[in-house]
Amino acid sequence: MSDSAQQNGSCLKIADLHGLYGDSHVLQGVSLQIARGEVVTIIGRNGAGKTTTLRAIMGLLDKRSGSINVWGREVIADPPERIAKLGVGYVPEERGIYATLDVTENLLLPPRVGEGGMALEEIFKLFPNLRERRRSQGTRLSGGEQQMLAIARVLRTGARLFLLDEPTEGLAPVIVQQIRQAIELMKQDGYTILLVEQNFRFAQRLADRHYVMERGRIVDMIARADVASQSARIQAYLGI
Amino acid sequence: MSLEILMGQVVVGLINGSFYALLSLGFAVIFGLLGIINVAQGTFYMLGAFGSWMLLNYAGIGYWPALILSPLIAGAVGVVLEKTLIARVYKLEHIYGLLLTYGLMMFIQGMFVYWFATAGRPYPVPLELRGGFDLGILFLPKYRGWVVVASVFFCFATWFAIEKTSLGRTLRAATENPQLTRAFGINVPALLTFGFGAGVALAGFAGVLAAPIYSVSPLMGGELVITVFAVVVVGGMGSILSAIVTGLSLGVVEGLTKVFYPPGANMVIFVIMFIVLLIKPAGLFGRER
Ligand SMILES: Nc1ncnc2c1ncn2[C@@H]1O[C@H](COP(=O)(O)OP(=O)(O)OP(=O)(O)O)[C@@H](O)[C@H]1O
Ligand SMILES: [Mg+2]
Repeated sequence: MSDSAQQNGSCLKIADLHGLYGDSHVLQGVSLQIARGEVVTIIGRNGAGKTTTLRAIMGLLDKRSGSINVWGREVIADPPERIAKLGVGYVPEERGIYATLDVTENLLLPPRVGEGGMALEEIFKLFPNLRERRRSQGTRLSGGEQQMLAIARVLRTGARLFLLDEPTEGLAPVIVQQIRQAIELMKQDGYTILLVEQNFRFAQRLADRHYVMERGRIVDMIARADVASQSARIQAYLGI
Repeated sequence: MSLEILMGQVVVGLINGSFYALLSLGFAVIFGLLGIINVAQGTFYMLGAFGSWMLLNYAGIGYWPALILSPLIAGAVGVVLEKTLIARVYKLEHIYGLLLTYGLMMFIQGMFVYWFATAGRPYPVPLELRGGFDLGILFLPKYRGWVVVASVFFCFATWFAIEKTSLGRTLRAATENPQLTRAFGINVPALLTFGFGAGVALAGFAGVLAAPIYSVSPLMGGELVITVFAVVVVGGMGSILSAIVTGLSLGVVEGLTKVFYPPGANMVIFVIMFIVLLIKPAGLFGRER
């Protein structure tokens, strides 16, 4: 699908991104590119720097350099709120559900950042659990429900580019199923998704391409068509 | 002992308690949102009172417009201070915020002492609120009734704004997880500026209410803030509702002590603070961190 990346123009383009936590140099020159409407994953072992990459894109990493281009706009020096306003929706690894807000308040918190976000009704249709629990305190939800809420929260905003960090981590198979449906729906609707995922079986059914990350760098790229023939290589990368 | 004296002191207690509640409420808003222990809260209260006094004496602007203008002016001072000074210490430990606001308090108070000396200046009760109601068991001056009603109303309006409105929702989110809240496209730094300004304006509002009761003096806030500090410690840091409830009830307790054991009235709040710290260090409504 890298052909289509050229045709559609890229939605996200990262070049030589470096990022630090204090003195520890975690991102060591990340480069990747995603076209509009693509679903792309970053896979890699624990501690490779996947979460840090998403945080850097969101502007949440204090020390970062290189280039991050969102819809043709350089955002490497922009604060998080300005990056979000370009139409970027972030679902963090820790889910980030607010304890001081109930479920509905969590849903309504993010302001609109683009046209055509989902209505509350549509969201409740997609995740019926959330409707039942809409008056509950955010952090009283089960892990699976919190994940649904974290995804639902950004679907409302009209964002067109989504950064999802391990949305299936630690969840029961039925819930993983529901989250897959949500992501498939997003894909059909033409949203662009950068997905960090350890569960490769889950990722492989959704993604057009996979970037492999190791020690703060992208070291390989595997297209959907090559996944079957390259399974040994992939397993070696993931250390399974 | 007569019921009149008792009721009289309950009213006095409610009035003092109204000021404790308003000030500790502003304190709670600022601490919750910014993590700043704002020692200067009493100074902003004094600014509010002086603001109304200056509006009256220099510009001929009376009580009612001052009730809106003076808190706005105090709030604007707060906004400038937040942008230029306070915002620089967010990333540091709490003690830096405390020291910074302590310095601000000394500086602002010092300037007012220099310009106006320490003697109290009277501020007239507005015409509409002169006189009082004879309630049988006690005579309630209208203005004092107004102070209690206005404070309680403002306290609950603030509570409502924070718990039930979309602005409050955003403020709570920014309090709980500022970084993530920014990642949703919310301008948290601007929100913090607003929050500080609002907390300061609340203190300024209390100051305008206080002007006709206590005389207007540069030192009026410095004395009050120590009691407010004790109120905050008793109630527990950061909770809106506990600030209101603790403020009002400790005011009444103080008033009643004046009836039953006059020499203890000035220290009863501190004795309670001492006991609460021994039994429940996080405060009556506070959660351990
Ligand atoms: N707040 C932090 N301060 C210092 N170092 C950190 C911090 N967060 C992560 N790191 C370090 O940065 C490196 C990359 O972490 P990151 O969370 O990006 O990895 P990851 O690929 O998302 O791993 P996982 O699959 O476990 O989620 C790790 O070595 C980690 O220890
Ligand atoms: Mg991670």
